Amino acid sequence: MASVAEPDTQESGTKLDLDSFREEVRAFLAESFPPELRGKNNLLSSVEEAGQESAAEKAWRLAMGEKGWGTPTWPKEYGGGGLTKAQARALEEEMAKAGAWNPIGGMGVMMLGPTLLEFASEEQKHEHIPAICKGEVRWCQGYSEPNAGSDLANLQTMAEDKGDHYIVNGQKTWTSGGQWADKCFCLVRTDRSEKHKGISFLLIDMHAPGVEVKPIQMISGMSPFCETFFTDVAVPKENLVGEEGQGWTIGKRLLQHERTNLSGGGALAALNAQPLGKVAERYIGLDENGKLADAELRVKVADFEMRWNAFLLTARRAMDESKAAGGVSDISSILKKAGTKLGQERAELMIAIMGYRGLGWEGEGFEEKELSGTRAWLFGKATTIYGGSTEIQNNIIAKRILGMLDHQ
Amino acid sequence: MAVLNDEQEMLRDMAREWTRNEHPVSAWRGVRDSGEPFDAEAWGAMGEMGWAGIVIPEEHGGTDFGWLSLGLVVEEMGKTLAASPLIASALAASAIVLGGSEEQKSSYLPRLATGDLIGTLAFDEGPRHTGLEASTSVHDGRLTGTKAFVHEASRAGLFVVLAQDGVYLVEKGKGISLSRRHLADMRDHAEVDFNDAPAQKLANGGSDLAQKILDRARVLTAAEMLGMCQAVFDTTLDYLKQRVQFNQVLSSFQALQHRMADLYTELELTRSAVEGGLQAIDTGFAVTEAGLLAKARANDALHLISKEGVQLHGGIGMTDEYDVGFYLKRARVLEAAWGSSGYLRDAYASMKAY
Repeated sequence: MASVAEPDTQESGTKLDLDSFREEVRAFLAESFPPELRGKNNLLSSVEEAGQESAAEKAWRLAMGEKGWGTPTWPKEYGGGGLTKAQARALEEEMAKAGAWNPIGGMGVMMLGPTLLEFASEEQKHEHIPAICKGEVRWCQGYSEPNAGSDLANLQTMAEDKGDHYIVNGQKTWTSGGQWADKCFCLVRTDRSEKHKGISFLLIDMHAPGVEVKPIQMISGMSPFCETFFTDVAVPKENLVGEEGQGWTIGKRLLQHERTNLSGGGALAALNAQPLGKVAERYIGLDENGKLADAELRVKVADFEMRWNAFLLTARRAMDESKAAGGVSDISSILKKAGTKLGQERAELMIAIMGYRGLGWEGEGFEEKELSGTRAWLFGKATTIYGGSTEIQNNIIAKRILGMLDHQ
Repeated sequence: MAVLNDEQEMLRDMAREWTRNEHPVSAWRGVRDSGEPFDAEAWGAMGEMGWAGIVIPEEHGGTDFGWLSLGLVVEEMGKTLAASPLIASALAASAIVLGGSEEQKSSYLPRLATGDLIGTLAFDEGPRHTGLEASTSVHDGRLTGTKAFVHEASRAGLFVVLAQDGVYLVEKGKGISLSRRHLADMRDHAEVDFNDAPAQKLANGGSDLAQKILDRARVLTAAEMLGMCQAVFDTTLDYLKQRVQFNQVLSSFQALQHRMADLYTELELTRSAVEGGLQAIDTGFAVTEAGLLAKARANDALHLISKEGVQLHGGIGMTDEYDVGFYLKRARVLEAAWGSSGYLRDAYASMKAY
């Protein structure tokens, strides 16, 4: 997507420049990437296991943060890498070759950083973005509330003006990673008289007095989400991003980054995973004609893989179109809905392929991959609900893209 | 829409304008009522605009703009159901480009490029596409066999025929008889019987020449289907915005909004697969896989959209006076061409060795 996080530089240098950049990357990786981490990237780790960083992982994060390469295309003055897109691609490729990965991620990188670059003051940018680039501060998102899910603008958490600070009271829910987060970007109400225009975008310290976090146990057995309670929490006014009442605009812009990443994240996970056909061959076996022994599953797997490829082509096209048009392309609106649906279909097909072994909960008799597959299948049910449910995506497509109007 | 260069944008705009003004669906209606396979004057205009030569090299009278360019034109024609032998003839030409001798190229390509000569593929021998099997045989330069449901056969002067041992060129004339087959789409289809017809082999294309031609047939057919998907979708959306029931325009009903959002998603996934297929031919990378993907996507999306198009139009969608029925009938014919979705999925799985 056309992200504000990308510096206004030439799309690509000469091939020679790129080659020498690749040399630089290889030298850096040889020196700084701990060999014992080779290929050990766990895609769920940022959500599931934050706070359990090994010494090697920490060293790798610090090295990448120092370079700014965890946020390769962000401006150098705020701690980013200042790389061109071509260089960023080269960096990614060289890391993949070396079995390395980008250790700097999370909501600060995916959502807040790009939003701050667009809306925050200079002081706020200098205060918050470098720490995101170094992976030093973990951010969480304070959007949903018990009575504000799909109807997000109905949020009631109140920030009361006390001169140089606000006093915040209310409850947030589905706070991803809330139990590990240092700070929260939050939608709060500064005005009760107007639904959308009464909302403001506030940065809150999760370690401040009056913040309480309770993990929620999910059907997957994991607790990636929390309830977050704010009781008389004092928040300095410097932490207001944009103007009072501008929160809905800023918050929606941030959601665009979220959706892009949610669908992209699904794509990434499946790219790294084995092709479904190969998994099926291993669990089901081939018949005398070299075809999967379960004819119906064979067709379903082929159908899935073909639709998945069409989705990947669409994600690439959305990026190309957005770049060419200098704005978000219309078809970006289908990526979240289509990508999450396919991700769920894939997880269901895995179970169909693996039988009981695809349903292992814990303990002996299962491979680690099988056990994590069970959890991923259940966790994946959240993907069509969070970040704007599929039904909300359909509303957005119908109204904003297709111009179908509200019922009168 | 793929990001286009200036030349491609111009070509697409020209095709869009021409089909809208010179060959809207009402023109197809006229062709259908006339009983002719297509409007000869319109075909002449297409020839003059160079469309028949888009994938023919310049040295043989074409423009060599490439497959994405041809696909853009074909998509526009699909939108208005502009009947013409453009796809069939371009595919025949590409077979000669891929597998012809210098002599065959200079003999046929210039006339195919102007549209003076119409070519078509005669591959399948039954009512269902079953891959590249053929019982048609050639002895001493004479070809014998029966080809079923050959598109655009009635005005074709050159047949590109799949036989047991390769692909052959057969000119219209001695040893060929045609029996017209009237399908629901009212377009030009025939059973073609070859009986000791003089045939020349396309000997330069390698052992996978037939597969390469088939790949191109799938992608280009999918481009026509993409245009049809887009047209039915757009027409249906317009209709929902106009039709009032319960004192509301239908487009304000959420049940219909979400169905349209689903169709839009299908349409855009299909566009990516079809454009990806055209680009794959232009770059020569993984073309067979791209062909399977493009045609399977186009089959599934057009099946759904043509069906929903009728349903969402309600009763008037069932009338001959409205256009949406034309798309439904043409859709099923094209779904059967070069592989049903079931066939294509099977082929995909086999290609991936599972």
